[in-house]
Amino acid sequence: MIKVVDLHKHFGDLEVLKGINKEIKKGDVVAVIGPSGSGKSTFLRCLNRLEEPTKGHVYIAGEDVMDKKIDLNRLREKVGMVFQHFNLFPHKTVLENLMLAPTKVKGMTSEEAKKKAMILLDKVGLKDKAEAYPNQLSGGQKQRIAIARALAMEPHLMLFDEPTSALDPEMVKEVLDVMRSLVDEGMTMVIVTHEMGFAKNVASRVFFMDQGTVLEDGEPAQIFNNPKHERTREFLEKVLNH
Amino acid sequence: MAYLSVLKGIFIEGNRYMYIVNGLSFSVGVTLLAALIGLTVGVLLAIMRLSHFCPFKNSEKYKNTNPLNLVALFYIDIIRGTPAVVQLMILANVVFVGNLRNTPIFVVAAMAFGLNSSAYVAEIIRAGIEGLDKGQTEASRALGMNYFLTMKEIIIPQAIKNILPALVSEFITLLKETSIVGFIGGVDLLRSANIITSQTYRGIEPLLAVGLIYLIMTSIFTKFMRKVEKGLKVSD
Repeated sequence: MIKVVDLHKHFGDLEVLKGINKEIKKGDVVAVIGPSGSGKSTFLRCLNRLEEPTKGHVYIAGEDVMDKKIDLNRLREKVGMVFQHFNLFPHKTVLENLMLAPTKVKGMTSEEAKKKAMILLDKVGLKDKAEAYPNQLSGGQKQRIAIARALAMEPHLMLFDEPTSALDPEMVKEVLDVMRSLVDEGMTMVIVTHEMGFAKNVASRVFFMDQGTVLEDGEPAQIFNNPKHERTREFLEKVLNH
Repeated sequence: MAYLSVLKGIFIEGNRYMYIVNGLSFSVGVTLLAALIGLTVGVLLAIMRLSHFCPFKNSEKYKNTNPLNLVALFYIDIIRGTPAVVQLMILANVVFVGNLRNTPIFVVAAMAFGLNSSAYVAEIIRAGIEGLDKGQTEASRALGMNYFLTMKEIIIPQAIKNILPALVSEFITLLKETSIVGFIGGVDLLRSANIITSQTYRGIEPLLAVGLIYLIMTSIFTKFMRKVEKGLKVSD
């Protein structure tokens, strides 16, 4: 599904990604963990080229994202993305947020898009908020809407950039529950997260990133119980025992 | 009561109020045409400032240089760095000479004020768009919407809320600024007061009358602006 080859990213003199080679298969649920500044978010944002990689290749379903001739917008239709700060469109209602891209990009009729949107709203438990504006919602509700908005494009792959980091603690669960239901449906997901419990229990693979490289890649049980690298051990010690 | 007849002597006798009426229509006309020019050129300048046009990709030194932005910035700095009255007089006495000498003062004035205003309008628009959260663009692009769709559906509708009050305020500034048009011989509201003074030897009343008219006009637009601001907040 995704193949990353020798991915580099520099911000000026700062080398954020130092050559990443990874393959993610269909149905994989990858949790990307690691300390701040290790390049987790940058890695994720390079996958749909929201961030322009300095060097390397990213293949999604066989197509090179870095190819100058590729239709990036068509490719992004298939890659849903959820942001830390939700980024809902504040001047549009919840329903309009969900219907916008399907009607404008995919050419769905508004009846189709509305029907689809209502099914998704039902799925994230917010059917009654269809006519609300984003600023009338709580953080957890906003993020569930943002997930529904991404799903409205029927993506083959979902990217999550710290989806629960900006939430009040009691709202984290409702968002994770929605994400868990996606896992159950077999969605391929890459999740940058600080929720170690979620990474441990829900992910099928964990990437531990440090200083611009994926230092360790394995099943959650192995990473959490028996990390190979001293650096991974140190990190887990710090975040788990506090 | 005696004073009323003095006022009558100043403004009514000899139909002198017609100077004010004509001056007013000149001022408002110049302002409207200048606002139109200012908005058009201002939008173009803002687009140049916001563009990502870097044609010198092969040169290490100039690879991030955007000539459109530099040209627009140069123009904006010159306009904002010199007094409007100087620009007005340069346009009238340096540019509109020779074959262009017979251009109506109305047109010269509207161009001067329009070009002046465009620099401010451009910065208002640019700031309104750049002030938006970058996440809005990212979310839109991540959904597969292209640049123009993102601008049309996401950025511009939100930017207008930031921009509109500042634009109305720029319009009010423009209206007041046209009172310097007397420097190139335009007979506007202020000049009409001078004419009445020269005929009646009364200096105070015509000036106060003109000041009052400006105040009434700007109050109307200020009220309009506050209404617009309020209306925009509701849908927020």
